[in-house]
Amino acid sequence: MALLEVDNVRHSFGGLVAIDRVSFEVAPGQIKSVIGPNGAGKTTLFNIVCGLLRPDSGNIRFGDRAITGFKPYQIARAGVSRTFQNPSLFLQMNVLENVMVGRHCRTRWEFLGCGVRWPGQPKEEAAIREAAQAQLEYVGLAHLAECPAGALAFGERRMVELARALATEPQLLLLDEPGSGLNTREKADLGRMIRRVRERGVTILLVEHDMTLVMDLSDAILVLHNGARIAEGTPSEIQNDANVVRVYLGGEMNHAAAS
Amino acid sequence: MKPRLKPGLPFVLLAAALAIVPWILRRAEMEYCLTQLTMSLYYAIVVLGLCLVMGYAGQVSLGHGAFFAIGGYTSAVLTTCDVSKWQTAAWLGWIKQSPFCIAREDLFGNPILTVSPWAAFFAAMALTFVVANLIGYPALRLRGHYLAMATLGFGMIVHKVILGTAFTGAADGINGVPEWNLGLGLTVSGKRPLRIENYFIAGGLLLLLLVLLHNLVRSRVGRALQAIHDRETAANAMGINTALYKLKTFVLSALMAAMAGVFFTHYTAGIGPSEAGAFKSVRYVALAAAGGMSSLWGVTGMSTLLNYMSLRGLFGSYDNAVFGLLLIGIVSLAPEGPLKPLARLVRRLAGACRPPNAAQPDAARPNNGLEGRPRHGAA
Ligand SMILES: Nc1ncnc2c1ncn2[C@@H]1O[C@H](COP(=O)(O)OP(=O)(O)OP(=O)(O)O)[C@@H](O)[C@H]1O
Ligand SMILES: [Mg+2]
Repeated sequence: MALLEVDNVRHSFGGLVAIDRVSFEVAPGQIKSVIGPNGAGKTTLFNIVCGLLRPDSGNIRFGDRAITGFKPYQIARAGVSRTFQNPSLFLQMNVLENVMVGRHCRTRWEFLGCGVRWPGQPKEEAAIREAAQAQLEYVGLAHLAECPAGALAFGERRMVELARALATEPQLLLLDEPGSGLNTREKADLGRMIRRVRERGVTILLVEHDMTLVMDLSDAILVLHNGARIAEGTPSEIQNDANVVRVYLGGEMNHAAAS
Repeated sequence: MKPRLKPGLPFVLLAAALAIVPWILRRAEMEYCLTQLTMSLYYAIVVLGLCLVMGYAGQVSLGHGAFFAIGGYTSAVLTTCDVSKWQTAAWLGWIKQSPFCIAREDLFGNPILTVSPWAAFFAAMALTFVVANLIGYPALRLRGHYLAMATLGFGMIVHKVILGTAFTGAADGINGVPEWNLGLGLTVSGKRPLRIENYFIAGGLLLLLLVLLHNLVRSRVGRALQAIHDRETAANAMGINTALYKLKTFVLSALMAAMAGVFFTHYTAGIGPSEAGAFKSVRYVALAAAGGMSSLWGVTGMSTLLNYMSLRGLFGSYDNAVFGLLLIGIVSLAPEGPLKPLARLVRRLAGACRPPNAAQPDAARPNNGLEGRPRHGAA
């Protein structure tokens, strides 16, 4: 059974139809990519899946639950986490605290318990810290734990965001252009990292413009154009799809050749 | 690495500082100052609660004066209103024997039956809880500063209702509020012999709340609130129920204001309508801003100091204007409050005297022009 099932979803901003009756599935353990030109609706699709936008129509199932209309925090609790196209760290906190926020939905002490440090709460707090530290080690940034998030380099921000998302123990991880703004070496690291995350049993839905990375990593690819699905298949099927090459890949290849 | 202070140490120091003040004042034959100091400590509780809303949840409340007044007036009305005339009602007869009521004498020595201060306190808390939820629930589901608008309107309504209602004493307010026997031999009262005791009650309550909030902001809840303040969308996507957390913070802070109002009213034996006025609410906001918003210590200190100066009459008839000016000055000149830039300046001056190889490791990091906002959370 599919882990994520998006069924006939539609979303418009005013008159602009950003997602036009899109359906697809993500199988457990898969790395699936969503590609398409700028403005195709990829980020909008992510926002719908993680609950930040409510679709005008259509249904979304995650595991055996219908999650259409759920609030983002409920969807995060259900096991979907994400990173953002523009890194969205909490800049007033340090790196470790950012990752600790990711543990929020897996921990339970509320206002009163935290205020009086009820027996058990300090222990949970220590566990949060430990888990966050472990997550930072996992992405190789343990040495930056105490660094203010605002002082990080761009690539480091992306990695901290990944650590924060992983700290929520997701079953499904949405990565919105994790490679943009990274240099070649960082991109290679990112590719390895995404594979390692998948090996942990996390299913991945990826939006990315770097075709080398996409073709290299993906088990399946979904192509969006003007909010509509125009193709879906394995990397080799997509590379040989005349329609896709015309609207998207052709342009991308030219870009690559020009730069 | 900064050397870590023992976690409890600052509180012990504060407790010690609070403890020696009466002794110093007695030496200086200025014990009368304790009265205003006690009142300032109660006001500081309001500002401390507001600090949680403004500095952590990132919302502004312009109605904290009204919550203070709701607490104070509920207590004042219930503990001064004679219920003995209803004693004949059979269903109320048993109340006379219950701990909810006490028989006492009013200012003129007539025997009256009123609600007991403890029962009135819980009634005030319950009323505040309901009202704060009613105001906060719709306003905090939306993003942006709807809470500021909702609380501003709410504060005005409360003020006008108090002024226009006979049983709240209209423009005169309520006098003759009895003392409040807390138990354990402590009594909230403005009587002269109890002056030092009451100073310690106020100081103890403030210290207790400070410890609780300090624990709170250093926990998963505090981080969640800061995350909401920073980036609500990301906080939500990371599993934080942002609307609920903002609401809980607001209600908690309203309860603190009301609690301060109840104690204050018993201490001063009365309350007047100006406590609910917009000027008071703006003053609390100004004080929270002056303390650095998210710095619990800064807010407590600044608020106690400035309220004390105000109560001693140092600002003369420009009292409200001073706080208005303070708010304008802070917003336009030092949005993080005056204490943080000052602390940075001191640190820089201290750093200039240090040998260069003692530079902080963090300062040596390249920051790629992506200078972060200064850290607010060092409460
Ligand atoms: N909040 C919004 N309000 C109005 N229009 C929006 C909003 N967000 C996105 N859009 C529009 O919806 C369309 C899809 O945008 P979206 O951000 O999903 O594209 P994308 O595929 O992620 O593009 P990119 O590759 O540039 O990130 C675009 O035309 C965009 O202008
Ligand atoms: Mg996008």
